Amino acid sequence: MALLEIKDLHASIGDTEILKGINLTINKGEVHAIMGPNGSGKSTLSYVLSGRDGYEVTGGDILLDGESILELEADERARAGMFLAFQYPVELPGVGGMSFLRGAVNARRRDEGLDDIDNLEFVKMVRAKAGALGIKDDMLKRAVNVGFSGGEKKRYEILQMAMLEPSMAILDETDSGLDVDALKIVSEGVNALRGDHIGMLVITHYQRLLDHIVPDHVHILAGGKILKSGDKNLALEVEKTGYSGFIDAA
Amino acid sequence: MSATMETIRQVEEATGKYKYGFVTDIEVDKAPKGLSEDTIRLISAKKNEPEWMLELRLKAYRHWLTMEEPDWAKLNYPPIDYQDIHYYAAPKKADGPKSLDEVDPELLKTYEKLGIPLKEQEMLAGVAVDAVFDSVSVATTFREKLAEAGVIFCPISEAIQNHPEMIKEYLGSVVPHGDNYFSALNAAVFTDGSFVYIPKGVRCPMELSTYFRINEMNTGQFERTLIIADEGSYVSYLEGCTAPQRDENQLHAAVVELVAMTDAEIKYSTVQNWYPGDENGKGGIYNFVTKRGICKGDRSKISWTQVETGSAITWKYPSCILMGADSIGEFYSVAVTNNAQQADTGTKMIHIGPRTKSTIIAKGIAAGKSDSTYRGLVRMMPGAETGRNFTQCDSLLVGDQCGAHTVPYIVSRNPSARIEHEATTSRISEDQMFYCLQRGMTEEDAVSLIVNGFCKEVMKELPMEFAVEAQKLIGISLEGSVG
Ligand SMILES: Nc1ncnc2c1ncn2[C@@H]1O[C@H](COP(=O)(O)OP(=O)(O)OP(=O)(O)O)[C@@H](O)[C@H]1O
Ligand SMILES: [Mg+2]
Repeated sequence: MALLEIKDLHASIGDTEILKGINLTINKGEVHAIMGPNGSGKSTLSYVLSGRDGYEVTGGDILLDGESILELEADERARAGMFLAFQYPVELPGVGGMSFLRGAVNARRRDEGLDDIDNLEFVKMVRAKAGALGIKDDMLKRAVNVGFSGGEKKRYEILQMAMLEPSMAILDETDSGLDVDALKIVSEGVNALRGDHIGMLVITHYQRLLDHIVPDHVHILAGGKILKSGDKNLALEVEKTGYSGFIDAA
Repeated sequence: MSATMETIRQVEEATGKYKYGFVTDIEVDKAPKGLSEDTIRLISAKKNEPEWMLELRLKAYRHWLTMEEPDWAKLNYPPIDYQDIHYYAAPKKADGPKSLDEVDPELLKTYEKLGIPLKEQEMLAGVAVDAVFDSVSVATTFREKLAEAGVIFCPISEAIQNHPEMIKEYLGSVVPHGDNYFSALNAAVFTDGSFVYIPKGVRCPMELSTYFRINEMNTGQFERTLIIADEGSYVSYLEGCTAPQRDENQLHAAVVELVAMTDAEIKYSTVQNWYPGDENGKGGIYNFVTKRGICKGDRSKISWTQVETGSAITWKYPSCILMGADSIGEFYSVAVTNNAQQADTGTKMIHIGPRTKSTIIAKGIAAGKSDSTYRGLVRMMPGAETGRNFTQCDSLLVGDQCGAHTVPYIVSRNPSARIEHEATTSRISEDQMFYCLQRGMTEEDAVSLIVNGFCKEVMKELPMEFAVEAQKLIGISLEGSVG
């Protein structure tokens, strides 16, 4: 059974249809990349999958582990294993990085009928994972994303992913704002999470991310539709010729 | 299990409904409804008061009769019938218990439900509790240990008997009976409360705590608290309040007076969780409180920290009179309103002495159809040479049917004084909510997390165990405010 199945998905914001019939199947263990011009609907797709309010699904279906999740709220989808690393992570003034992580971890545990995580165990776990991503202790004491640099925000997203161990992860332009070294560290962090138990959807504009996180499949999204799918070489083609060729051909 | 853990556990068990809405079934000795000179004589007689105390009460009462209930606050409530209230209620068996063993076990159970197992507290080092049950203090713990340090911590009725000189000198010295309508009423009919005296140079060896609880139907609770910190002393005082659930609104009009001598410091923290009433405000507590401290000596300091989550109506302005040179006043406040609750709260900082400093951090959170007003006065008197005030006043709105208002009054009569005022109003954004939900948190957990982040500057001023409790209370009082 596929992990995530998107069937002829149509979605609108207000009266404007943004997604116009998307079909995509992701199996456990696979990494799919989505590339596409600005405004083509990539972030919209990530929001629709994760159940954000304000996006209306007007047709089609989304199945996670074989079951439709259209009726599930965003938090229920998250607890079912859906994770979104945000293109623009949100600031939470006053909310400490540690408290936020603990809240997220415990939300999942409570859902599974487990007790809240032991504090010492939690701190140890965060330290280890943060260290691997080059996140300093000091940053975790600060309020979530407040005053974080662009690169720090992206690292913090991946730290959350590492802590929550989702089954389906969507990374929306995780490479933007990262310097060369950070890109390498974050990619290594993501690669360390790859495996048979997880599927990933990586949204990016640049081949350089895909040099590090090598995808199994690449899709080109334009005008709310997937125009072409292929293997990692498709990304190289885009890098060379841009999107216009694909759009014209469609 | 420690007292703190017990409290936390109990609060955690709460499920959206007001968890302290239980009624203790014990025999009660109470005065008939209504207020007259006879009622006051009865109260005074019940307490075996000296003649001078009765005279003070009657004077206050006669003054009260000439006064009008204030209507300037942004509050809306039906007129209070002062003749329809019992002004005195005492648990019958409570006549002068010598130790906890003599306290009615029903009463102790109530305290346990409130999360303050006195028995345990007596064994565990930490907090000394002077519990006010309706109108009479029934149990005071840790007295001996405090006595060793020379600290006096007792019911005010006892202080009237045993320390009349101090009572005569200081009672009504910070909040005179004629100060306002409710302080006059309190001065006439107050039934109990706490008295604290910290001698020169003594750092009070533990945090002192009073739990107030209104139990009897239609009883107004009028406590009176007086805290005197002598030269170079320090005390931290905690006040927690709860009340059972009733159909009728109950009146609460307390007066708290603080006196800080040279180099003394008083830290007064309140977590107010009076019953807020149902969704329409029915049955909640009307909380009209006058709290004021005077920094009498040079370099003295008074800090008020309050977390207000309960009451149908809150009318409360803990204030500081900064008389001593270089004295410091602080006010840290979180006021949470939900459903039909109304809060009009803030502070007054009166700068009299030179180089006096004050800081005001007020956080208002409004949800549901509630209304929250911050009302603050900063006054620099001519002698307040280079006086300083900083005010930060933030409002957070949850939903779109609630209101938050900021009403600052600033009066400066010394050109060298500096007053800064910052105010913000924000809403929990959809972005923030989605970010938390996407991490698996429920809407309620998300709101609670964001709100607690918003209040952090104030929460960190609370003693640790109080902060944990306050945080949970804020979460509970906002339940049902989203979705
Ligand atoms: N709230 C909104 N109201 C109206 N239109 C919106 C809204 N949000 C997004 N859109 C529109 O939907 C389209 C798709 O936007 P989306 O953010 O999904 O693009 P994207 O592919 O992620 O672009 P980028 O590469 O720039 O991140 C754009 O035309 C955008 O203007
Ligand atoms: Mg985007």
